[in-house]
Amino acid sequence: MQNIVINNDYKEKYGFHVDSNFTHKAQKGLNEDIIREISTNKNEPAWMLEYRLKAYEIFKKKKNPNWGGNLEGINYDEICYYLRPTDKELRTWEEVPAEIKDTFERLGVPQAEREFLAGVKAQFDSSVVYSSLLSELEEQGVIFLSTDEALQKYPHFFEEYFGKVIPAGDNKFSALNSSVWSGGSFVYIPKGVHVKRPLQAYFRINAVNMGQFERTLIIADEGSFCHYVEGCTAPVYSKDSLHSAVVEVIVRKGARFRYTTIQNWSNDVYNLVTKRARVEEDGVMEWVDGNLGSRLTMKYPSCYLVGERARGEVLSIAYAGEHQHQDAGAKMIHAASNTSSTIISKSISTNGGKSSYRGLVQVAPGAKNVKVRVECDALILDDKSISETFPTMKINDSSAQIEHEATVSKIGEEKLFYLMSRGLNEAEAMSLIVSGFIEPIVKELPLEYAVELNRLIELEMEGSVG
Amino acid sequence: MLEIKNLKVNIGDKEILKGLNLEIGQNQIHAIMGPNGSGKSTLAQTLMGHPGYEVTAGEVSFLNENILEMEPNERAAKGLFLSFQYPSEVEGVNIISYLRMIYNHSHNEKLSPIKFRELLKEKMTILDIKDEFLNRYLNDGFSGGEKKRMEMLQMLVLEPKLAILDETDSGLDVDALKVVSQAVNYLAEKNGMSAIVITHYTRILKYIKPEFVHILKDGKIIKQGGEALAHEVEVSGYAPYMN
Repeated sequence: MQNIVINNDYKEKYGFHVDSNFTHKAQKGLNEDIIREISTNKNEPAWMLEYRLKAYEIFKKKKNPNWGGNLEGINYDEICYYLRPTDKELRTWEEVPAEIKDTFERLGVPQAEREFLAGVKAQFDSSVVYSSLLSELEEQGVIFLSTDEALQKYPHFFEEYFGKVIPAGDNKFSALNSSVWSGGSFVYIPKGVHVKRPLQAYFRINAVNMGQFERTLIIADEGSFCHYVEGCTAPVYSKDSLHSAVVEVIVRKGARFRYTTIQNWSNDVYNLVTKRARVEEDGVMEWVDGNLGSRLTMKYPSCYLVGERARGEVLSIAYAGEHQHQDAGAKMIHAASNTSSTIISKSISTNGGKSSYRGLVQVAPGAKNVKVRVECDALILDDKSISETFPTMKINDSSAQIEHEATVSKIGEEKLFYLMSRGLNEAEAMSLIVSGFIEPIVKELPLEYAVELNRLIELEMEGSVG
Repeated sequence: MLEIKNLKVNIGDKEILKGLNLEIGQNQIHAIMGPNGSGKSTLAQTLMGHPGYEVTAGEVSFLNENILEMEPNERAAKGLFLSFQYPSEVEGVNIISYLRMIYNHSHNEKLSPIKFRELLKEKMTILDIKDEFLNRYLNDGFSGGEKKRMEMLQMLVLEPKLAILDETDSGLDVDALKVVSQAVNYLAEKNGMSAIVITHYTRILKYIKPEFVHILKDGKIIKQGGEALAHEVEVSGYAPYMN
């Protein structure tokens, strides 16, 4: 049987091209003046500027983490931290490479969204397309704005919650984000409100969600319910080599919030994200996280279960191809009694890619009857690829029930032969096995995302055998 | 339709098939019987193209074409089917969409999910398979008997020209045995399918009547005959054929 090579190199395959004169205009490197300029341009309250400047001091002092992936390729002085609106330069649809257009075609991405994804349009005007859905949300009192706009309109939410779940000093990248953040979403779901449709589905493609240092703040008030979906499965070309988002979620008493992300970055991107939820009494937080593409992703969605009976869940898929390292996992901090958590992590490594599961489960002393289940499964598609597992458990109360399972498997010759004997070619058989492997997580996705993710994995495998 | 001449097959350094000859005609049922370790499963796996079995000599032509260089899926496309002795469990793969996928491949069609379900219903009746069965993942956690039914369902979906049943009878109770046999007889009647029934025991041959019986021993066919040969084996076992 032939060797399988799954081409996941976006540079080659999708061939996006960086405008050479683009980077000349934007200023490289970071200093106080840039931070002041960001804050002034956004007309922010004085406390936010102060917050940014303090965060910048922390950023300068903190070292890169010495664990996780290799961060040596990041040159902080070569990065543009802020683009003035006038700097934005767009390419024309004709300049978009044929492979990219073909990928959009095969994924069935609508034309308006294609133009945005390919950088032809700066903004996907969702308000026109989805206006009736927006008014439905408005009637329920749901606030859903870009974080910049929300800070102007609802400063009290920010004074109360911003930077409280993830302080600037949490890690080097949260400090960086806190000093230069721009864009991201703000969501407020009022008490008892159930949002029927997944929130982001209306705004599937939205400029504010594609920023380099986006900042998202979500408050799910008592007894509310919402499913928020971020990102999309089509490959996103980014001219920025460093993406460092911060997502803070507050799940109030009895609320239930699900945050779904599917990211598929181009191959040169460092994607270093801090995501954390504080979950109060009887609240439920679910992170569903899919990571494809990028050079290095470091992302460990967390739940701080601070109220009794609070529950946290992380379902994650990582797909590491050539020259890629997916260092992903989860953190569950059980700070109250009768809290429970589940972590299910599935990773696929192929064509020399590396995927690592890195997890922390911590049970505070005195937190009684905590239940934890951790399951991490790795699938390795060839001999060149690597999978690692770093589970950490700090259990400080003997009443806790902990289950941990980890499996590593290779795609077996027998399984491939079995499926091929039924008429599937090698790539089809392979992608069927892979989509079966991630099915437990894919079935949790909204239908269109599930379909797209499966199709994307098929595309990755197709035509790259032998 | 199938001609095997002087077939020699190695697993690693060990020669398992040592010059096997066999001819199968259109719409014929053949039984290949033999003691454990005689090379029965090796023959089945080699015919389907398992990469772990190395053909060192001989020829295999199927419908007048040499198939030894073909990938398993190309052999399937020509109308060859193998019912596995130990079918693989493929977690997370939904049975209906899988079956529709292999149907569309083999029939060069694009049946809609609804149309395909109708078509499947009839086939499920033959095998006495309940609807709930379809909500599971492919062979995932199936009992031995369930796996064999699933093999037969796939055979009915693919409608091959020649089916090789590798100990499909092992571990089945009488009811399951009847059901499995019905599937083979159905395609033999409807499409003129040929079959090679590989078995250790004569039990299944009460339900699938072979016209030709071959005794395989130590990598070679050592005796051929009609249905009566199977009865001989039933009465005397393989002992008379052992040295």
